[in-house]
Amino acid sequence: MHVHFLDPYRPRSSPVHQLDPRIKLTLTIAFILTNALVPAGAWPVYILLFALLVSVEILSELGVGYILRRSALALPFVLAALPVMFTMPGPSLTSFAIGPWTLTISQPGLERVISVALKSWISVQAAIVLASSTTFPDLLIALRALRVPRLLVAVFGLMWRYLFVLVDEALRLMRARAARSGESEIPGARRGGSFIWRGRVTGGMAGSLFLRGIERSDRIYMAMLSRGYDGEIRSLPLPSLRLQQIAILAMILFFFILLLAFAFLIWG
Amino acid sequence: MHHSIEIENLSFSYPDGHAALRSVTLKLEPCEKVALVGPNGAGKSTLILHLNGILSGSQGSVRVCSMEVDKQNLGRVRAQVGLVFQSPDDQLFSPTVYDDVAFGPLYQGLPPAEVDQRVDEALAAVRMQDYKKRVSHHLSMGEKKRIAIATVLSMRPEVLVLDEPTAGLDPRARRSLIRLLDELPITMLVSTHDMLMVREIFPRTIIMDEGRVVADGLTEDLMSNSELLEAHGLEMPKV
Amino acid sequence: MLFSVAPMHIPDGFLSTLVSLLLWLITILVVGYALKRVSADLGERQVPLMGVLAAAIFAGQMLNFTVIGGTSGHLMGAAIATILLGPWAAILVMTCVVAIQALIFQDGGLLVMGANIFNMGIIGVMVSYFAYQTVKRLAGGRSWGIFAGGFIAAWLSIVVTALAVALQLAFSNTSRADIAIPAMAAIHALIGIGEGLITLGALAFVYSTRPDLLKGGEQAAVGGKFVWVAGLLVALVLAIASPLASAYPDGLMRVAGETGFLESARGPLFNLIPDYNLPGVSNQALATILAGIIGTLIVFFVTLAVAYTRRRKSK
Repeated sequence: MHVHFLDPYRPRSSPVHQLDPRIKLTLTIAFILTNALVPAGAWPVYILLFALLVSVEILSELGVGYILRRSALALPFVLAALPVMFTMPGPSLTSFAIGPWTLTISQPGLERVISVALKSWISVQAAIVLASSTTFPDLLIALRALRVPRLLVAVFGLMWRYLFVLVDEALRLMRARAARSGESEIPGARRGGSFIWRGRVTGGMAGSLFLRGIERSDRIYMAMLSRGYDGEIRSLPLPSLRLQQIAILAMILFFFILLLAFAFLIWG
Repeated sequence: MHHSIEIENLSFSYPDGHAALRSVTLKLEPCEKVALVGPNGAGKSTLILHLNGILSGSQGSVRVCSMEVDKQNLGRVRAQVGLVFQSPDDQLFSPTVYDDVAFGPLYQGLPPAEVDQRVDEALAAVRMQDYKKRVSHHLSMGEKKRIAIATVLSMRPEVLVLDEPTAGLDPRARRSLIRLLDELPITMLVSTHDMLMVREIFPRTIIMDEGRVVADGLTEDLMSNSELLEAHGLEMPKV
Repeated sequence: MLFSVAPMHIPDGFLSTLVSLLLWLITILVVGYALKRVSADLGERQVPLMGVLAAAIFAGQMLNFTVIGGTSGHLMGAAIATILLGPWAAILVMTCVVAIQALIFQDGGLLVMGANIFNMGIIGVMVSYFAYQTVKRLAGGRSWGIFAGGFIAAWLSIVVTALAVALQLAFSNTSRADIAIPAMAAIHALIGIGEGLITLGALAFVYSTRPDLLKGGEQAAVGGKFVWVAGLLVALVLAIASPLASAYPDGLMRVAGETGFLESARGPLFNLIPDYNLPGVSNQALATILAGIIGTLIVFFVTLAVAYTRRRKSK
């Protein structure tokens, strides 16, 4: 009926969408790896990588705003890295007092935190572009090309098929619970029950989800058997890569290596 | 004399842009039994979800038992409006029948003796007193649907709202459920495709189509208007 | 991060490349072995069973309950998966969950996926298995063993996984051991209670409805012992290493510094032309500005190209 709100894929006719999924996945991983290897403090390299990323985002016609909004969700984890700002040894930039403690921000510490935040933010956007420009079946092809075992890929496929069904079930369970979460007129009645009770009720909901899942899997298995399934995963062979796609891959990988070499020479 | 349900100019669109409700207005008096019919996608389920605040409209207002359905009143509203969804499996999430029926009163913080009494009451109302210790999962569809009704009756609501109560029931279970709905002395709004049931026990019918209320009146008047029915994807089964 | 459980899904950029690759290696080995074992144990049924359960755990992670005020408790799922499916299938199921979360929903990074699978899938499962089997044996087969075992397995799986995450962050110089470890341990000791309660409730539901399904985790008799020992070892190692690392964070940093040679904290400043006498700062600034200009030009040209192609297409 409608596109499920969870599915990130957005169909467009951009060159990024049309790029072979195997190439896309390889490039995304290479990009994230390049990002990870860039030494802290190599700001110009980060800028170039970011420019490359934004160009790809524009090319993909997904909307830079959409990508930036989605990427913001990954940032809260940066809080975990914040303390390093104060604790890494090195020339200090500034210090201030909070209550009885004096906190000193060191230059290497600040650089490290900003590097981590940048790497993380840039990598997340690359992953978003990949997920939003590639259909799930295509992603499975890419995984197969990366030699992920066929059994695992088959399980992924089935999980994806039933993901939305089960997520909808979970949402309905929560709605049903909400519909019974009322407030009585009796004054002083403590609403909500104990948190232990609430936890166990939620567990019951999870149990119901799992149980129905297991029984559903029995029915799926029977349907598979009825179509001749014998336990072995067979799939069509992957089409061979066109020369043009390989050329794109080689060019971009080469560019990454250049960037990294440049980065290490100067900042390594 | 307050209306049990009062909806005025309610409009709602889903995040993907689909306009599910367009300026819906309707009122239900206490103890009225009203059927809500219409083709799939008419907005019946969407409307129902507004009655206890699970969804809230972009425009217009919903008042239940003289209370505005908004964030502050959510708790009180949910105690007064018993919403029973279409699939009982997604509503019976506790290990035993007793646990599921007791959830509502327990959540409200009622004392154990009171909770027990409410459970007995609710199960008696749906004629399933012997099922207290049973495991919901193993019951038949008809039994599950009745238990699902009991799970909201235990809150002693003023209004009962049901989404497709007879869907998927065999003739005997259906007959049983229709009798039950007929006997329950409570304001009722039922969304359904079961036109025979509508004619049998609901004096008033509301027809919805494409997010709007297209007809609202006596069941016998609407049912005899075959052009109206056909225009909105409905038909009276030939008797 | 739409349905993020606790701060456990590590994003890219937070672990050093060495740590990431090492954990990938271990994960690939363990998952590869799990695949072989599950094929032997479950046979044909495995694909639909694991697929649907992976979906169920993902959906189950969306279920929440209010703890206090605005905070809510969630499920991670390693414990309940282990109890329902046995350790090897549970490892595969959690691998699917973590992989899909990272690939599709960007909950957890791609390069660090090996680490996330290792933490939530492998450590979570092994520790759960160890705890659950131990408590059940202690209870001598009586039913309270199932529930107590489930609760403890769930709690332990959260806490030990959290410690692993904290240690990995510390080893990567992204977080200080003496801050990250106590913080993660404390927070997750609490979060673990939520996991324990949900697991308990789920077990109660399954026990009263289909108690035969709880026998499912009994298989893998041979591999089981290995997992039990591994679970015990992992829990012990982390229990010992964590307070140590916490107490001697500098020692850890030195180790991290030596092994993290690929991303050392600070390198020589602009040594390309040694005789150049301009102070380091303005060289840096120059390079940054230059990069900024080049970058902007790239983006500008790409935008033009896209706009031009679109206009041509609509003609």
